[in-house]
Amino acid sequence: MRLPRFEYFAPKSLPEALTLLEEKTDGVHVMAGGTDMMVKMSHGRLTPKTIVNIKEIPDLRYIRFSPDKGLEIGSTALLSDVLKDSYINAYYPALIQAVQTMANTEVRNMATLAGNLCNAAPSADSAPPLMVMGAQISLLSAKGERRLPLMDFFKGPGITVKAPTEIMTAIHVPSPQSNSGASYKRISARCGVDIAAVGSGAWVKIEANKFTGARIVLGAVAPVPLRAVETEAALIGAPFHDETVINAARIASNEAKPISDVRATAHYRKRMVEVMTKRAIFEACERSHARQS
Amino acid sequence: MKHNIKFRVNGDDYSLAVEPWRTLNEMLREDLNLTGTKLGCGTGDCGACTVLVDGKAVSSCLTLAVSVDGKSVMTVEGLAESGEKLHPIQESFIKTGAIQCGFCTSGMEMAAYNLLSVNPSPTEQEIRKELAGHLCRCTGYNQIVEAISVAAEEMKNLRPEEEKS
Ligand SMILES: Cc1cc2nc3c(=O)[nH]c(=O)nc-3n(C[C@H](O)[C@H](O)[C@H](O)COP(=O)(O)OP(=O)(O)OC[C@H]3O[C@@H](n4cnc5c(N)ncnc54)[C@H](O)[C@@H]3O)c2cc1C
Ligand code: FES
Ligand code: FES
Repeated sequence: MRLPRFEYFAPKSLPEALTLLEEKTDGVHVMAGGTDMMVKMSHGRLTPKTIVNIKEIPDLRYIRFSPDKGLEIGSTALLSDVLKDSYINAYYPALIQAVQTMANTEVRNMATLAGNLCNAAPSADSAPPLMVMGAQISLLSAKGERRLPLMDFFKGPGITVKAPTEIMTAIHVPSPQSNSGASYKRISARCGVDIAAVGSGAWVKIEANKFTGARIVLGAVAPVPLRAVETEAALIGAPFHDETVINAARIASNEAKPISDVRATAHYRKRMVEVMTKRAIFEACERSHARQS
Repeated sequence: MKHNIKFRVNGDDYSLAVEPWRTLNEMLREDLNLTGTKLGCGTGDCGACTVLVDGKAVSSCLTLAVSVDGKSVMTVEGLAESGEKLHPIQESFIKTGAIQCGFCTSGMEMAAYNLLSVNPSPTEQEIRKELAGHLCRCTGYNQIVEAISVAAEEMKNLRPEEEKS
C-alpha cells in the first residue's frame, strides 16, 4: 500500500501552478481530490515524479449561476459542494442524480467534478449528464486559455485532449432551455460505492408534441462516454409518444460497444443500456413538460 | 525531500517533517501513535480510516499527510473530549452491541459524528445511506444503525433547551 516517491508542490496561485507544470515537464501530474490518483498510485498503476496539488489555490473553488451565462463550476469545487448548491438542485437535476450516486460521503468531501472528467474513466458518472446538457470546459496553460465542448474532450480510457501543462479551470453548462429536460440513470452492483456498470444520460426538447432536440450519451459501454448518434436521430423530428422512446432505447442498446469485465458481461450491459436509456428519456420528457414555455 | 507541516489533531498543535508520499493514515498511526484510526482497504472502499479534516469526514488512506498543513484533524481519540467520559456516540455503540471485533468502529463513529453534525435527527434510511461507504464484517449493521439513532436522541437531550426544535 505504500505510495511511490514523488516531489510535491501546493502552489497558492494559478500562475504559480502553471509555471510548475511548464518547468517540471517530465511525469508531472495535477492533483485535486486525489481520490482517483491515490488509488492508482497505491496499486502501482501511476508513478508520478511530481505532484502539483491545486486545492490550495483559493479562487478555483466556486459554483456560480446566472440566467444568461448559465452555470460555472470551478475546478476545485467538491462533489459535496455540487450536491449542496441550490441552483444546481433547482435547474440541473440530471447532474445531481449523477453526483448523488457517486462514491460515498468521504470521497464526495474530497473529490472534484473536474477531477472526474480529467480522469476520463469510461464510467465517469458526471460525463453523460454534462455532455447531454451541452457543457463546455476551460483549459488553461501558461500559453493561454481555450474553451471547448465536453463532447470533444475524451479520447480513450484515461486519455483526453488536455495537455499535461493544462489545468481544467472551469466547467460551463448553459442555462436550461424552455421545453427541454435532462436525466441520468445508472446501474451498478453495489449502488454508489461501486462504479457504474452502465450509465445513460438523456436530454430532450419537445415542442408541439414532437422531439425537436435530443442528445444521448452512454457511460461504461465504450472506451469513452459514447454519444449515441443513431438514437438521437431516431428521436429528433419524431412524434412524442411512448413508441418513439421505446424504439430509441432499443437503438441505443445496439449502438453500445461494451466489454465484459468483473462488473458485468457485455450482453447484460447491452440489455441494461436499453432499460437505463428508456428511463432516462422518459424522465427527461417529464422534466421538459415541467419547463414548458 | 521532507516537508515541514503544522497542523492540529484533536486540539493539540503539531509540527512535523513528513515525506510527501506519506498518507494521513500512516502519519496518524505511525508518527503520532494515534492507532484508533484503522487501515482496511487503503483504496477508499471500506470506511475504516475515516477522520474529520476541517470538520468534514474524509478517508485518511486517500489523503496525503502534507495536504493537512494548516488544517485541523479530528480522530476517534478526540471524540471523548476529556479523554475519560465517552462521547454519547461511543456510549450508544457499546450499549446497543454495535461493536464486535471493533475494526470498523472508529470509522463508523466518525461517520456518525459527521452525519449528526449536519443532520441531528436522521431517519433510518438517511443513516443507512450515510454508512454506504463503511463495511462491517461482524455486526450485520442493524445494531450500528440503532446505535446512531440512540446517539442522536441522547445528543438532542444534552443540547441546551433553546436550541431544540
Ligand atoms: C471509493 C470510491 C468510489 C468511487 N465511486 C465513483 C463513482 O461512483 N463514480 C465515478 O464516476 N467515480 C467514482 N470514483 C472515482 C473518483 O472519486 C472520481 O472520479 C472523482 O471525481 C475524481 O476527482 P478527484 O478530484 O479526486 O481527482 P484526482 O484523483 O485528484 O485526479 C484525477 C485525474 O484528473 C487530473 N485532474 C484533476 N483535476 C484536474 C484539473 N483541474 N485540471 C487538470 N487535471 C486534473 C489528475 O491529474 C488525475 O489524472 C470513486 C473513487 C473511490 C475512491
Ligand atoms: S482504509 Fe481508507 S477506506 Fe478503507
Ligand atoms: S465490528 Fe467487526 S468489522 Fe464491524
